[in-house]
Amino acid sequence: MLKNKQTKVGKMKKTILSAAIGAAVLGLASAASAATLADVKAKGFVTCGGSNGIPGFSNPNDKGEWSGIDIDYCRGIAAAVFGDASKFKIVALSSKDRFPALQSGEVDVLTRNTTWTISRDSSLGFNFRTVNYYDGQGFLVKKSLNVKSALELSGAAVCVQQGTTTELNLADYFKANNLKYNPVVFEKEADATSAYDSGRCDVYTTDQSGLYAIRLKLKNPDENEVLPEVISKEPLGPAVRQGDDQWFDIVSWVHYAMVNAEEFGITSKNVDEMKKSGGPDIKRMLGAEEGTKIGTDLGLTNDWAYNIIKQVGNYGEVFERNVGPSSPLKIKRGINALWTKGGLQYGPPIR
Amino acid sequence: MAGDALSSGKPRKSFSSLIYDPQARGIFYQVVTVASVALFVWIITQNTIHNLEKANIASGFGFLQGRAGFDIGQQAIEYTSDSTYGRALLVGLLNTLQVAFFGIITATILGFLVGIARLSHNWLLAKLAQAYVEIFRNIPPLLVIFFWYKGVIAILPQARDSVVLPLGGFLNNRGLFFPKAIWGEGSWMIVAALGVAIAASIVIFKWARARQARTGQQFKSGWTSLGLIILLPAATFLALGAPLTFDYPVAGRFNLSGGTSIGPEFISLYLALSFYTASFIAEIVRGGIKAVPKGQTEAANALGLRANIITRLVVVPQAMRIIIPPLTSQFLNLTKNSSLAVAVGFADIVAVGGTMLNQTGQAVEIVAIWLVIYLSLSLTTALFMNWFNAKMALVER
Repeated sequence: MLKNKQTKVGKMKKTILSAAIGAAVLGLASAASAATLADVKAKGFVTCGGSNGIPGFSNPNDKGEWSGIDIDYCRGIAAAVFGDASKFKIVALSSKDRFPALQSGEVDVLTRNTTWTISRDSSLGFNFRTVNYYDGQGFLVKKSLNVKSALELSGAAVCVQQGTTTELNLADYFKANNLKYNPVVFEKEADATSAYDSGRCDVYTTDQSGLYAIRLKLKNPDENEVLPEVISKEPLGPAVRQGDDQWFDIVSWVHYAMVNAEEFGITSKNVDEMKKSGGPDIKRMLGAEEGTKIGTDLGLTNDWAYNIIKQVGNYGEVFERNVGPSSPLKIKRGINALWTKGGLQYGPPIR
Repeated sequence: MAGDALSSGKPRKSFSSLIYDPQARGIFYQVVTVASVALFVWIITQNTIHNLEKANIASGFGFLQGRAGFDIGQQAIEYTSDSTYGRALLVGLLNTLQVAFFGIITATILGFLVGIARLSHNWLLAKLAQAYVEIFRNIPPLLVIFFWYKGVIAILPQARDSVVLPLGGFLNNRGLFFPKAIWGEGSWMIVAALGVAIAASIVIFKWARARQARTGQQFKSGWTSLGLIILLPAATFLALGAPLTFDYPVAGRFNLSGGTSIGPEFISLYLALSFYTASFIAEIVRGGIKAVPKGQTEAANALGLRANIITRLVVVPQAMRIIIPPLTSQFLNLTKNSSLAVAVGFADIVAVGGTMLNQTGQAVEIVAIWLVIYLSLSLTTALFMNWFNAKMALVER
């Protein structure tokens, strides 16, 4: 009898506790989603969700400082909000933990090369808009094979990781193009990489950004190259919680400001000069136009875009520095080039 | 009145006596056990069904009819990404069976050789055998598989500098390539001739044994049968005008094409499982031979039998009845260890099932299929070994 009572009390306590936690989480989430900008300003820094280490995207260096294209996005948000690109914190998240972390309000924005899909947009309760890296499945081959296109790969042995969409895309691509291949399927990425490195396979396939990172781990990275073909769509971009349009707009326009800056030829070096002597659209974007309200309407200061470009750089600079030819990854702009150069990066007008 | 008292007293008496009745108690416990097992299964099933419904996951085996969409590297039967999931599983099962079958044969032969070598009077041979056993049985099988895989790939040359083998074969780190035989018309008669030769040999053996029992005269049935089995199909082959052509492997852009090949995944898994299991079999064989009392050998010696006859007819038959039961366990272990294949990219039933599990989300069904397949494989092996054990058991008169 006593025991029964105790367990009952215990159960009730548990129920109350979980209800309290639930309410707290909900409260936190709703508070956060209601006015993320106010929260961020109040704590004095922006919290971004990063990865556990993806070279070129979000990766801590040997000094423990974060760097990468996603980290620069986060710095851009900090520069826009505070005028100081150093006011940010990164929470390292595994791919499994990233969504709950954003849902619960642990991070203000998820900048962790996350593919934008409809189910994440709808059922997970997130909002995606900008794509700071257009990724897709590609092929890594040895230069000595002298292959210039994936269409020449008939008869090749292909190393692939088990149970991924990669495996299905691969089968579809080779079938659609009437090519033969011999799949060698591994459970772990490391096993697949070492099999490719030892010459068991002619080709390694996964997302292109992953291929560039894997290439660095090979014995002789320079003897391998990534083919131009992309056989699936993996648009990577930041995600925020649904229900806070102001914050969503700020996060989106940070990217568009960087893209527009590249299009206008504004760089971190010439931004001061451009602010004085640029054309009207450049002056408007940088907040030098008389009586402009663009920044304040966003909930920011009018020099928000100037701060981003001055402290972080335009999209081209960020790309070049983190993943482009001057980084170890050496990724070509490809579809991430500006729309004026045949790519997909397109910034809506700032006016 | 008396009847009333009796009837009211009877149930109490029988109830207390029921508690102290071992048979009644036994039945009670069994009923409780069966009921709780049934309840447990029922709760698990209901819970699974409920959770699947909640997660909006369809259940049932209908998905096996769906298009698989992925390719498999090693296939014994025809399979493309357009085939069904069911066929993909079949391909995986055949791969498992292949590696288990060849692995068991090799492991048994190697195990017997090493086991006997450990008992040899030759010091070097005995120590070598001991070293072999101690190395392989003390390493986890997964590491042995990795060892062979990395070893096989690292030692073998790249596809472009293949080692040329006699008879149009090639060897490189993509596998062993050899010409594929294409049999012409009427080839079934050669197989039929082989069947006839084997049947005739069995008859000859039986006849020779009966004759020896009757007259004491020996007949060289071994040589006769061997001649029959080789000559009869060969004569048929020539009589048909040699209906055989070969498809030779030729160098393609990336690799050799044409012919037949065995991939390094199969080779390394097969070698690893054989070597690993052979170390256990060697110990079982050594134990079995050691367990035959020394008096048996001495008695046979006293009868004036030669050493090889003693081993063949006195020691081994008695050792076999000790060896076979644990040997069965090793065969089952080898079959089950073949599920480590996914580590080296061999498409066995677990690897293929794993891919399907990720693509379809039908975890419960696929795990159930795995369980049923491994259970049937093990039970079939055990059944055969039990039959073999019964045949080899000492018949006491």
